[in-house]
Amino acid sequence: MSVRVRINGKDHVLDVDPEMPILWAIRDVLGLTGTKYGCGQALCGACVVHLDGEAVRSCVTPIRRAEGKSITTIEGLSADGSHPLQRAWVELGVPQCGFCQSGQIMTAAALLAKKPKPSVAEIDQSLAGNLCRCGTYLRIRAAVQKAAGGE
Amino acid sequence: MSATPPREPAKKKVVLVRRAFLAGLGLAAAGLAIAFEIAFEREARPDDGPKKPAPTDVNAKSAAAAAGEGLRPNLFVHVSPDDVVSIVCARSEMGQGVRSSLPVLIADELGADMAHVKVVQADGSVAFGDQNTDGSHSVRGFYDELRRVGAVARMMLVSAAARRWSVPESTCDAREGAVYHEPTGRHFRFGDLANDAAKLPLPDPKAIVLRPASRLKHVGKELPLLDGPDLVTGRALFGADVRLPGMLTAVVARPPVPGGRATSHDPRKALAVPGVKRVVEIAPAKRPFGFRPLGGIAVVAESTWAALRGRAALEVSWDPGDNRGYDSSAYRDKLVRSLRSPGRIWRNKGDVDGTLGGSKRRIEATYYVPHLAHAPMEPPCAVAKVDGKRCEIWASTQNPQSAQKEVAAALRLDPNDVTVHVTFLGGGFGRKSKPDYVVEAAILARELQAPVRVQWTREDDVQHDYYHSVSAQELVAGIGEDGKVVAWRHRTAFPPIGSTFSDATTAGIGEMQQGVLDVPLAIPNVRAESVDARAHTRIGWLRSVANIYHAFAIQSFIDEIAHALGEDPLAMRIHLLGPPRIVTTAELGVEKLPNYGQSLEEHPIDTARHRAVLERVAEMSSWRDRKKNGRALGIAVHRSFLAYVAVVVSAVRRPDGRIHADEAWICADAGTIVNLERVRSQLEGAVIFGLSHALYGEVTMKNGAVEQSNFRDLRLMRIKEAPRAIHVEVVKSSAPPAGVGEPGVPPVAPALANAVFALTGTRVRDLPLVRSLAV
Repeated sequence: MSVRVRINGKDHVLDVDPEMPILWAIRDVLGLTGTKYGCGQALCGACVVHLDGEAVRSCVTPIRRAEGKSITTIEGLSADGSHPLQRAWVELGVPQCGFCQSGQIMTAAALLAKKPKPSVAEIDQSLAGNLCRCGTYLRIRAAVQKAAGGE
Repeated sequence: MSATPPREPAKKKVVLVRRAFLAGLGLAAAGLAIAFEIAFEREARPDDGPKKPAPTDVNAKSAAAAAGEGLRPNLFVHVSPDDVVSIVCARSEMGQGVRSSLPVLIADELGADMAHVKVVQADGSVAFGDQNTDGSHSVRGFYDELRRVGAVARMMLVSAAARRWSVPESTCDAREGAVYHEPTGRHFRFGDLANDAAKLPLPDPKAIVLRPASRLKHVGKELPLLDGPDLVTGRALFGADVRLPGMLTAVVARPPVPGGRATSHDPRKALAVPGVKRVVEIAPAKRPFGFRPLGGIAVVAESTWAALRGRAALEVSWDPGDNRGYDSSAYRDKLVRSLRSPGRIWRNKGDVDGTLGGSKRRIEATYYVPHLAHAPMEPPCAVAKVDGKRCEIWASTQNPQSAQKEVAAALRLDPNDVTVHVTFLGGGFGRKSKPDYVVEAAILARELQAPVRVQWTREDDVQHDYYHSVSAQELVAGIGEDGKVVAWRHRTAFPPIGSTFSDATTAGIGEMQQGVLDVPLAIPNVRAESVDARAHTRIGWLRSVANIYHAFAIQSFIDEIAHALGEDPLAMRIHLLGPPRIVTTAELGVEKLPNYGQSLEEHPIDTARHRAVLERVAEMSSWRDRKKNGRALGIAVHRSFLAYVAVVVSAVRRPDGRIHADEAWICADAGTIVNLERVRSQLEGAVIFGLSHALYGEVTMKNGAVEQSNFRDLRLMRIKEAPRAIHVEVVKSSAPPAGVGEPGVPPVAPALANAVFALTGTRVRDLPLVRSLAV
């Protein structure tokens, strides 16, 4: 069975098991490896992508759910790393190992799209599902605020 | 981390290698070729994303030049005629910012223009010296040698320019990527000089002159994160991201109990899953486990999803083996009981028994820290390709040389025929210096005669780690007539890391130096002992290692003494440190101190530095207001990896009654530092890492198997639980560089436990805190 899906602005017809999670379809079939596997159980947020603009855990979302829809991955967030969040992330030196950061940025991007000026509590609530073992949380907060036009 | 017996004992010195020798070795050239291969793979993807080159091929432009042109005075530096300076980073990047630090050190000494510098990641090779990226060793172990590496290139470029101008070399200097003739201001770009410089002889090693520290432009400054743009766009290539033509993916069902084995398995249901190619048995591990795979049944498939489904369908019967009886809860009690009997004496001064017996008052406490898991965000992952007698590896590894050695042993190959390429690591914390997962990939690649990628799931990672050792400690202090501490007895019991490599049950000196032997105590009678303990799982080193439990016990105990005697915990620490001085092994009462592999002359134990970070962190946190406005502060100080770190944590009670660490202050003296920005980020991360362990960190075993499986029950700190502020200060120092990645961690847990006591009156001696309090 095939799944028709738009990924980062381009239409694809994927000939895959419709139950295959979006994560493995984009990583293994399309070679878009910016989206990460961290837990496989929607517990860590490393795999967050946008499905029609909503932040979803791609590790537990079957590709069939994307039929006729549009997926945006970290590779498609901006053409050249110029999204305000990406710029703020670099300017504030947020990443340490960097592995969780795609998921953090994609989650924050979905938040800012809905709530351009989130409070710290709203940032914390929105990113509560995104683990970072290196402990970059304080810089993540600061970078989201910076991207939102704060300090 | 220095507690591991099988590590190469002496850090091999970096050798300045002549060009001809390099060409013969083909090392850097191989690295460049690989970078191209990966870049090609990425270009070949149906990728809609940015078409910028992959980070590993940043040196693409100078690759052609590397074929023969330009200046390459050693393995680390290449100056190409097109003005690109390629600098090799031979240590693994796992978030500590080493790629934004060591290459800058070389570039600074060279006088390169950072805008023209490309960082090239080294493959595993002894030619680079020790590449085992642990022990907070990268800067402290290579500082001078890497400067010499840069200085050689600079001297040759200066010499080439001076010859062209027919002026003395002493009138020239290299800066901003050019050599200047100072009296006239004339200059040549490095690229213009590279081919001429390459024809000059290497300078005599004795004639290599380093710049005065004041002439280093970047070192010690807040330098940018060079890999930042790649890390925020998904372009950075981690081990899990490597894709080779024809590559298969494997997931492995491992014995639930280490040392167990599959007695039988039925592959049929797994093979029925579309995309599953083979089901392969990997031989079970025997004690000592070392870095060899645990064994089990591998499901190899065309995609990760098929492999995961195949493994879920697989039917396996296990014999749990000798560790089937391990129950970490019962073991805790046994470990605590073992503290009642004297152990092996490691540190002895004065008459502890006599003084304790005659003391007016004794203070005693027992502390416990459970097993902890590394849980790097990227679970272990490696790709292997075997071609006849050669094997090629791509892996997130902290130790490519160990991976090379273990793969060669498992495949019975010459280590020189095993090439290990190092990708970005999605976290390491010590887990990825143990290459069992790399060996799995190599075994399967040979079996399948195809490139194989082994992907560990999070459950695999949590349940088959090399766990931070469980530990119990008893501390006893005797108080004299004058209310002063006159005797101190410290007994520590933990299964040693050595148990992973031998039948060891006795603590190693590498572990005992970490917060037992090296702690300055201005107390006349001091004794420290270790009690033997047998391991029933794989024990390994985790960020800051034995310092975690030793600092927790000692820094909690000093707090207990202060409260028992009605003194300020800060003043008590200063009092027990004693006057500013260099503490000798004689004063400590120890025969020797490994001192993290460095000399006591160069890196003495200096109580003035302990005291300085303590007093500064007290100032930063307004310690005198330590119980005001609903907050309570706790303090701790600890020297590890030759760095001195003091931490204050503020504990508050949230409206729902739960305890929260709402603010933290950390002051570190790590001597000379290279990249202040990355040092700060490491210290911030250390606070979160330490708080996470203290609050929630615990792995438990029952019937020999780990009870946790994923982030559902292995709790890590999340953003909403993180402090609202972490204040970092780094002491300006010209002392020799010390470690940075680990030393921030040890004082965090005791500072928190001390704050919690100040807030609630509850003294938590068993970690994690979540066992005793709502947090």
